[in-house]
Amino acid sequence: MGGHLNINHLMFLGQGALWTIGLSVIALIGGGIVGFIIALARISPLKSVRLASATYVQLVQGTPLLVILFLGYFGLAAIGLKVSPLTAASASLTLYVAAYLGEIWRGCIQSVPKPQWEAAEGLALSRTQRMIKVILPQAIRIATPPTVGFMVQIIKNTSLASVVGFVELMRSGQIVNNSLFEPFAIYAIIAVTYFAMCYPLSLFSQRLERRMGRGRSNLAPA
Amino acid sequence: MQQNSSSEPIVSLRNVQKSFGPLRVLDGVSFAVERGEVLALIGRSGSGKSTALRCIDRFEKVDGGEIVVCGHRVDRPDVDLRALRQDVGIVFQSYNLFPHLTIEQNITLAPCAVKGMATAQARDLARKVLAQVGLEEKLHAYPEQLSGGQQQRAAIARSLAMQPKVMLFDEVTSALDPELTAEVLKVIEQLAADGMTMVMVTHEMGFAKGIADRIVFMHRGKVHETGPASILTSPTTPELTQFVGTGNLKS
Repeated sequence: MGGHLNINHLMFLGQGALWTIGLSVIALIGGGIVGFIIALARISPLKSVRLASATYVQLVQGTPLLVILFLGYFGLAAIGLKVSPLTAASASLTLYVAAYLGEIWRGCIQSVPKPQWEAAEGLALSRTQRMIKVILPQAIRIATPPTVGFMVQIIKNTSLASVVGFVELMRSGQIVNNSLFEPFAIYAIIAVTYFAMCYPLSLFSQRLERRMGRGRSNLAPA
Repeated sequence: MQQNSSSEPIVSLRNVQKSFGPLRVLDGVSFAVERGEVLALIGRSGSGKSTALRCIDRFEKVDGGEIVVCGHRVDRPDVDLRALRQDVGIVFQSYNLFPHLTIEQNITLAPCAVKGMATAQARDLARKVLAQVGLEEKLHAYPEQLSGGQQQRAAIARSLAMQPKVMLFDEVTSALDPELTAEVLKVIEQLAADGMTMVMVTHEMGFAKGIADRIVFMHRGKVHETGPASILTSPTTPELTQFVGTGNLKS
């Protein structure tokens, strides 16, 4: 190619940005579902379940996402499973996000005051009923700000999926740069695009936290 | 201690033992509560009275002894906790209303979820129990919009909606100022007059004297002195004499 940055390059970068958003959404939904299970497993009455989920969280949190992505892509290929970059990136990010969200949400569930559990128990609600009708509605309110905050991390971390050949914003930038050799201009565009995706979420998270701060009395056992 | 079924106590503790680590909190506690009786558990902080009460509803597991509540063997590991807690209502010092639900929803939650009551019927019930505690107008309010005394009365109403056979009160007025305490005590008095079986841990000596059929004074994990309310005015042990003395100074 060569030449100057033109509308086609920008379209290509735009497409990459859309995939960044797409991958973030996949990671958030997949990681959210698995993370919710992890959160429940972390506070399970069964010790073996608690132990297994804690081990999972420790393993993932102690491993760089880059390594998880390589393992997902090349590891699965090595054992004969041919996976597309999208599948590998989605699976890796899901596992990664699940560990963090699971841990964030476990904390939120446990920060609902213990007397709330006891009051629900005293009313003869089953463990599931206590969880669904009493604890989770309160935990979700506590969990919203840190969860939105973590979404910013997910968006930025999807850039690592470029290493397995998934063409998201970062990778599309590299490809454009390979033909134009204008790294500063192109990576500046990419940085601004990431910022434009993350900053509104950061703002939203801060606003939620302020609102939660005001309403904290609602959550205290009074 | 064999008794025939008609006079079987609603709650009976026999030689109950409970330790938290090396600390022996209950050291051979025995007492019984008959149907319609109001029993007040009194004693200093750390005497084991709250633990004894919590053992009745199995919020604490006992290390030894026997607890029978409405026919449930609470000391056994296989006790049906949900059946037990349908028979036993408990009200806590910190009210523990569910902050995300209105008062009506707080009250209807358990009857609907546990007893499978229809929503309309549960709502009627909510109005009825709220009327009992004088809070009909707060049906659609959230707990945070209520005063402490109102929250505690709502918590009592929530418990009543499950139609328990015995009610446990764990220092329910300790977080309230005197004026609010009075409105809560009035509600409990009315319950007693209606014949509700009750066990209450309380620091309100005047109230205990007025309402309790029997007093259990606990001291260092043991039942130190027990008898009718009159033991508060003429205690036989020096410990109760001293305790009542300091209690009177407070009130």
